[in-house]
Amino acid sequence: MSTPDSTPSVDPGTLRRLYHGLVRIRRAEESILELLLKNRLSSTMCHVSIGQEAVAVGVCDVLAEQDYVTSTHRGHGHFLARGGAMSALMAELMGRQAGACRGRGSSMHLVDASVGHLGSNAIVGGHVPIATGAALWAALRGQPRVVASFFGDGATSEGIFHESVNFAAVARLPIVFVVENNQWAMSLPWSRATAQPSIAAKAQAYGLVGVDVDGQDVLAVRAAAEQAVGRARAGAGPTLLGVQTYRFLGHSRADPSSYRDTTEEQRWRARDPVLITREQLAATGVGDDWFATIDREVHAEIAAAIEAAEASPPASLDEVFSDIYATPLGGNR
Amino acid sequence: MSATLAPPRTVTYREALREGLFEEMEADDRVILLGEDVGRYGGAYAVSRGLLERFGEHRVIDMPMSEALIVGAALGAAAVGARPVAEIMYMDFVTLVMDQLVNQAAKLHYMFGGQLTAPMVVRVQQGIGRGAGSQHSQSLEAWFAHVPGLKVVAPSTPADAKGLLKSAIRDDDPVLFIEHKGLYARKGEAAGPTHTVPIGLADVKRSGEDLTIVAWSNMVHTALAAAEELAREGVSAEVVDLRTIAPLDMATVLASVGRTGRLLIVHEAVRTAGLGAEIAAETAERHHGQLRAPVRRLATPDVVLPANTTLERELVPDADAVVAAARDLVRS
Repeated sequence: MSTPDSTPSVDPGTLRRLYHGLVRIRRAEESILELLLKNRLSSTMCHVSIGQEAVAVGVCDVLAEQDYVTSTHRGHGHFLARGGAMSALMAELMGRQAGACRGRGSSMHLVDASVGHLGSNAIVGGHVPIATGAALWAALRGQPRVVASFFGDGATSEGIFHESVNFAAVARLPIVFVVENNQWAMSLPWSRATAQPSIAAKAQAYGLVGVDVDGQDVLAVRAAAEQAVGRARAGAGPTLLGVQTYRFLGHSRADPSSYRDTTEEQRWRARDPVLITREQLAATGVGDDWFATIDREVHAEIAAAIEAAEASPPASLDEVFSDIYATPLGGNR
Repeated sequence: MSATLAPPRTVTYREALREGLFEEMEADDRVILLGEDVGRYGGAYAVSRGLLERFGEHRVIDMPMSEALIVGAALGAAAVGARPVAEIMYMDFVTLVMDQLVNQAAKLHYMFGGQLTAPMVVRVQQGIGRGAGSQHSQSLEAWFAHVPGLKVVAPSTPADAKGLLKSAIRDDDPVLFIEHKGLYARKGEAAGPTHTVPIGLADVKRSGEDLTIVAWSNMVHTALAAAEELAREGVSAEVVDLRTIAPLDMATVLASVGRTGRLLIVHEAVRTAGLGAEIAAETAERHHGQLRAPVRRLATPDVVLPANTTLERELVPDADAVVAAARDLVRS
């Protein structure tokens, strides 16, 4: 483990910004679960990242405007942290034309090309080579871009993970592979998925830099990501970033998590990234008034986003056949 | 005025593909090649020979033996501005690439509401001819006709190969470009640098009145040889070369069948659930009243291809078999 012994120090503004980012994702996903219960989402498929927010927030905080991210079926947090609009997220989940994917993608497929979010993907590991290709193009063109590809521990069991990491290492591509290890690939624990629990150790075999980091402490994630992104941007190659975190809830709404014991859940819940960051801020003298203001702001943003989504027309059969092709057929007939 | 014109230039299918790649790479520096052995080796079937020397390692990229990564990386590069041409050495290896082609490339533009595009080509070759066996000889085009979002082409001549390759590279959608190992050495009229063939348009390779033979890729030449023999017997066969597998140009097929009243579909892929079934069904649904005989399919039987040049030749329909089937159809 190369986890820093002590929490890295940052300026107060950065810590506040990180806390705001964490709370936005936490409250947004709580609202999404409410909407799901009230049958107001367009799809029944919905995976929340509650407990894992520090991964998205810590990594995205050190990316530059021109950088790219790719994400997973559990991707609301990556979308928001990268700069996707709350209104585009809510409208997408509610199946509206104002949604990020015009109401076709729902929870598992989000995108915002304008902020370098190249899509979240419902095939585990399926986007990892796509991220690698985006990094390849940046390298071939000499562009100062970095790609951050978020995926779960489950994806490391897929062959395409090996193909992608292997190539990124040998071609020294500007990419950070973020293994968001929430300990459970649906019902399979990490201990039964791999005989080598350390992502840093796996990285050694591929010949790239590997780091294991505490994913509940947003400052630790941010510090590790800052180094990895810096390496990538300097042409020093990719990083495999193993971030230890935990999915506080079930895999999806249908999952009661009966395969894991409650003491484990309680142990991780005691390390809630929102609360840890709140304590760090409080220790610097930030008072309750500020936290209350953040809560109000976030609440208002989410309420406005849901209201705007409801005002947008639902995705309809009228446009369901558009965009199957980008270049129409028959132009030359 | 034609007295001073040189005779038409002749090239092989392989050379035509290379010309198409070369010209598009010259014209647009976003066009890159990536695949196994495409650079130093020049491609397993020598299509990309010389391109590494001309364009360098930033345009022609030798990749590790990671087929899914090759197509996935092409897709990722395409999504952010490249126009990649990926090569998968044998159609059979496309099984290793199914997620990237079917779930990723074909879905990218639609699923993400039109925000991203995948202007990429995946070149593969398929078919018999070398006794390459069960894992190197399959014709699998029908699988990809079943995936909205993909375009699939399978040209039969050097000019069509070059013209379709150029169109595929300029197209903003993922195009599966299917070559045939039996075609690379075949010669034909060369196409100039401005020649393109539109995706989605079949071509009547020979006009006729008594029946329509639909074929594509290498089987077009078998159909043309059969039509020649049939002509000697007084049977006039029209040969429609599909050129594009998906989306199918049924308009051209139906127009031809509307004239001839008879349809024979010939393919190298195995019979069951082959593309012939789709063409037959479409024709039956839309032309029932105009058919003068039942639609007929001729295909390789449902068999695993053995690594044996004699046996594979005996299993795949040849010109004699096409002639016999056509004769039957016309005299029934």
